[in-house]
Amino acid sequence: MINTRDILETIEMIQDENLDIRTVTMGISLLDCADKDINVACEKIYNKITTLAKNLVPVCQEIEKEYGIPIVNKRISVTPISIVGNSCEAEDFTPFAETLDKAAKTVGVNFIGGFSALVHKGYTSGDRRLINSIPEALAKTDFVCSSVNVATTKTGINLDAVAEMGKIVKKSAELTADNNCIGAAKLVVFANAVEDNPFMAGAFLGVGEPECVINVGVSGPGVVRAALKKAPNANITEVCDIIKKTAFKITRMGQLVANEASKRLGVPFGIVDLSLAPTPAVGDSVADILEEIGLEKCGCPGTTAALAMLNDAVKKGGLFASSHVGGLSGAFIPVSEDAGMIAAAKDGSLTLEKLEAMTAVCSVGLDMIIIPGDTTPETISAIIADEASIGVINNKTTAVRVIPAIGKDVGEELEFGGLLGSGPVMNVNKYSPAKLINRGGKIPAPLQSLRN
Amino acid sequence: MRAVITVVGKDTVGIIAKVSDICAKNDVNILDISQSIVNDFFCMIMVVSIPKTAIKFTELVDILTKLGEDEGLAIHAMHEDIFNSMHRI
Repeated sequence: MINTRDILETIEMIQDENLDIRTVTMGISLLDCADKDINVACEKIYNKITTLAKNLVPVCQEIEKEYGIPIVNKRISVTPISIVGNSCEAEDFTPFAETLDKAAKTVGVNFIGGFSALVHKGYTSGDRRLINSIPEALAKTDFVCSSVNVATTKTGINLDAVAEMGKIVKKSAELTADNNCIGAAKLVVFANAVEDNPFMAGAFLGVGEPECVINVGVSGPGVVRAALKKAPNANITEVCDIIKKTAFKITRMGQLVANEASKRLGVPFGIVDLSLAPTPAVGDSVADILEEIGLEKCGCPGTTAALAMLNDAVKKGGLFASSHVGGLSGAFIPVSEDAGMIAAAKDGSLTLEKLEAMTAVCSVGLDMIIIPGDTTPETISAIIADEASIGVINNKTTAVRVIPAIGKDVGEELEFGGLLGSGPVMNVNKYSPAKLINRGGKIPAPLQSLRN
Repeated sequence: MRAVITVVGKDTVGIIAKVSDICAKNDVNILDISQSIVNDFFCMIMVVSIPKTAIKFTELVDILTKLGEDEGLAIHAMHEDIFNSMHRI
């Protein structure tokens, strides 16, 4: 028999502490949709997505109601379009993005990821055409997310791709300058990208994945913070234990929803992503957890240590609660999506350099960071190269999602609205890395021993 | 299936009666019930069993939510598994 305290604890987590399932993402393979004629390929893609994902939203809504747990986002990830589109003759891949957007709107999901290319070792013709189409594709669509993998630990860093992505990020922002430069907010540049990530903007379905699969991302920074608040004088070992226990409970909920969604949709369960994903809502912040642990303001010395401990404890607690773990698992630190991070950035406590250090120990990377509109493509590329180096050397996924605020400078703000939030333009070092970036070529794969 | 109904709010006459009346009318069997009053706040937890032939659970959730809104109470009806999975290994 379940006891009263447990029941009330669960309800309190959901009602007062913003516990929710952050996303149920259906992965759909589009490998069988390739065609020489882009119109035929697009038709196959539209039909496949709208058939397989037809019931995704209604089934999730039914689960939300029966279990009383909100599922904030229902999303779709697909095979990287550079692979699907490789055999078609068209030079411009924008119609693929428009088709994905239309399919997303038909089935009622709020993002569809997979307008992607994997170029860590070089370009295919499809990769080149896809990357060239990214700025326009993101400007012409609402729900399509794009990602490009430019580095892996096994292959090193493709500096040519890094150099090009700096230009693509800038152009994506420029083409959407009248809409808060939103194009760049839907584009992420990866090192060591994972094939089963349910989170946007970086979700795509890798070629090693099944035909159709359900991946679930959990959330709950508010719950972790509330649990820590009840133990203000605990030592750091006890703090770790509290985080692990809370992560366990959160993940069990994710596993339950994943099993249920998989059963009702008749689609195999893939993974649960053990994440602490913040939202701009007050109390749903990873920065607040770090401050609760004992920082006056997120970004001050000690932030990296607190985040490393938090990230590790979340994984340890969550692992036992789920049968299959994957995705990006860990604590996310997007600036514009986290009320505490926004406040720390506005105060000047949180800087780009500190965020970079934090990405060495967090789940992903430099995420949703707004930079001055006059930042050069070479500087953006160099930020990507720095971040990719951290990922490649440390054997972890890293990513860059920066938004150049066209026409704006430090002190001004961008307002995306919804889950993407808002944030201040952050200062970027003005000295030029142009010579490094323009050298081109590839940084070789790093040594895996003699690690010091 | 089994579900847990919780009612939290200011104590007034007839809360249990109203919730059990809805259960009875919809063939929902009450298996266990506990209630306490803390600082004038009423807190009731009811474990119920809903046979396959009875009302669809999502409809019961709607009826109870509406009762909660009318009476100024927080009423939640949730599938039992959510508590089992979170608090039992």
